[in-house]
Amino acid sequence: MKELLSGNVAIARGAFESGVVLAAGYPGTPSTEILETLAGYEGIYSEWAPNEKVALEVGIGAAMAGARAIVTMKHVGVNVAADPLLTVAYTGVNGGLLLISADDPGMHSSQNEQDNRNYAKFAKVAMLEPSDSQEAKDMVGLGLAISEQFDIPVILRTTTRVAHSQSMVELGEPVAREIKPYNKDVKKNLMVPAFGKLRRTSLAERLKKLTEYSENTPVNYIVPGSDKVGVITSGISYQLVREVLPDAAVLKLGMTNPLPVELIKKFAAQVETLFVVEELEPFLEDQIRMLGIKVTGKELFPETGEYDQGLLRRCFVKAGVLPASPHTEDPAAGLPQAPPRPPVLCAGCPHRGVFYTLRQLKLTVTGDIGCYTLGGLPPLEGIDSCVCMGASIGMAHGIDKAVPSLKGRTVAVIGDSTFLHSGITGLLNAVYNNSDSTIIILDNRTTAMTGHQDNPATGRNLMGQEAPEVDLTMLCRSLGLKRVEVVDPLDMSRLQELIKAEVAMPGPSVIIARRPCALLKREVKPAVTVDEEKCIGCKTCLKLSCPAIAVINKKALVTAEACVGCNLCVQVCKTGAMQRGQADA
Amino acid sequence: MLKPVNILMVGVGGQGTILASKVLAAAAQAVGYDIKVSEIHGMAQRGGSVVTQVRLGEKVYSPLISEGEADVILAFEELEALRWLSYLKPGGKLIINNQQISPVPVLAGAAEYPQNIIAQIQARGINVQVLQALDMAIACGNAKSANVVLLGALAKNSPIEEKIWKDALAATIPPNLLEVNNAAFTAGFTAGTAGR
Repeated sequence: MKELLSGNVAIARGAFESGVVLAAGYPGTPSTEILETLAGYEGIYSEWAPNEKVALEVGIGAAMAGARAIVTMKHVGVNVAADPLLTVAYTGVNGGLLLISADDPGMHSSQNEQDNRNYAKFAKVAMLEPSDSQEAKDMVGLGLAISEQFDIPVILRTTTRVAHSQSMVELGEPVAREIKPYNKDVKKNLMVPAFGKLRRTSLAERLKKLTEYSENTPVNYIVPGSDKVGVITSGISYQLVREVLPDAAVLKLGMTNPLPVELIKKFAAQVETLFVVEELEPFLEDQIRMLGIKVTGKELFPETGEYDQGLLRRCFVKAGVLPASPHTEDPAAGLPQAPPRPPVLCAGCPHRGVFYTLRQLKLTVTGDIGCYTLGGLPPLEGIDSCVCMGASIGMAHGIDKAVPSLKGRTVAVIGDSTFLHSGITGLLNAVYNNSDSTIIILDNRTTAMTGHQDNPATGRNLMGQEAPEVDLTMLCRSLGLKRVEVVDPLDMSRLQELIKAEVAMPGPSVIIARRPCALLKREVKPAVTVDEEKCIGCKTCLKLSCPAIAVINKKALVTAEACVGCNLCVQVCKTGAMQRGQADA
Repeated sequence: MLKPVNILMVGVGGQGTILASKVLAAAAQAVGYDIKVSEIHGMAQRGGSVVTQVRLGEKVYSPLISEGEADVILAFEELEALRWLSYLKPGGKLIINNQQISPVPVLAGAAEYPQNIIAQIQARGINVQVLQALDMAIACGNAKSANVVLLGALAKNSPIEEKIWKDALAATIPPNLLEVNNAAFTAGFTAGTAGR
């Protein structure tokens, strides 16, 4: 039976069909749906870990003890998990271990576009790259088999257009879930220097065998074509190349670490001109050049952003491979430019008032990763920075210690899920080293940006069971914080008073701004109304960046269908024109 | 080999472009087409500009549609039609919902919502069909089914017969909302006969 599945749903199906016992991960676009889908399959244990490092360690434990395991994360998550990754290559596995890295060329939902193929080379592990949903599903089973056969973890590297594109998938029957016997083996699993050296030698041998495997695996194959032009490619770029150059010979690489050296040499000898088409880094290209083979790659194709067939067509025209297409006029020529439509915090978002207040108080604010990063965009402009998960707290402390003029004027904002992911250690450091910074935990009771996943503070787990709910106040106090306050962020006067007071106090403080995400708990109160007599068109309300408010003909206008009655605008309006909605009698 | 048909669905996060693409995919699948659908999740959903790319045909490689390649653009909102118009191929058709949703830069007074978008596009000699999808959906009983009104108009322009579309709707939409969505689909389908 065939079904139309996204790459992520296909990966979950692949895990179900190939005997996966355990799955762990941390949410991150474009990887999140893998575990969400997998949680719906009976008999597979799946969990959200607080971060990717923990998730990988959970997977390593399961694999060492003999069970097949998959671990899922977005590309930057692998940075967090890199520590165990680079050593589990040494120990190897018992049950198969597959790490799924979902990369994001073009940065649709990410802070960078790092190319995680480099991790496979760096960590010396095998890597597979699917180019559609069928391959995504099949490569889960293949990857686990390779992992067990060669005693090595395997990276399955997808990109946004594989993870989030849907294509037809032939469903298969699940194999029995088996657990291999576990035998204690410290020379294999206890990485002290003496044993680590043994496993380092073993790793080189395993990679050598993997290279032989790569020469013969059916996922590395030549699509026959013209002997004039040959293309070496992998992942989504394969689909684009087939679309643009249907007659070219193509070497399609499904396994991109280690590379099939002999196959590449053979293919290169068959064609007159050789191109390498790959998004982001010249990962294949550099290695092919080192074989002494002449190729055209990044001098023609961009090293940044995402490819599509239009871009490749233009590149191949430039290279003289394709004839210039007849000029067609842009249908939008001469029309006005469309103003941008950036994503915004939702109407009723509990974060909005915090950013408005921080901006009013002219504080220096280090931000973090989540919906609330949108609070840095105009007109809210309530955040100065965003680097990575958890960075806000360490950065605020660094500013506080280094720059006297900003001392006592620096605030970190971090979401509940992000705090539990990697903010706790930053906070511990701020306490230990006597920071004067104030940390605001934006506790909206969920992992909102990626679509409302549970986390250790929500009281539920991925499998829908009740779970212990971490008490954030107690957690902060246990780290040594003297001052931890909880506030409802829709109460703007108390919020402002509290921030002012805590910022002025010496020593670190935590403010927990607690209210569930507006999308999670749809509490729609009567919409705000505008008294047009009182409205002077000052546009103060617009500084809230609320999608329900406009000012038209110098009068504020609240769209009743969009307003959820959070009443922030009522609190910031200086003339009393914005009025709380009255429930219909 | 037949070239794939490229359909671009554009709108604002929350307008139901993803549901519409699901029904389209189910209908195309029932006819036995190869199909690829590509969409962006995550940050864009927070009221941002959203696009779903649907390609169907005998064999589809790329899941993406490049500029100048869309056979049909189904625009759920006027400004989004303007934003994605350069994706329309020469002779392609634009089906547009005459709804305007101001983005925050416009609400904040930092940008202007362009005037008379539809008339300006029509003046370019482009094949445009305009629908009052929101009013039509309200008349059918639920403003949220405007997406299915637009889908009905798209269906009228497709080689797939009406019954297959209706089956695809029934397979995709929860039973309690099916009646209103069937009505919305028919309204769009009927309006679709108007052509240019």
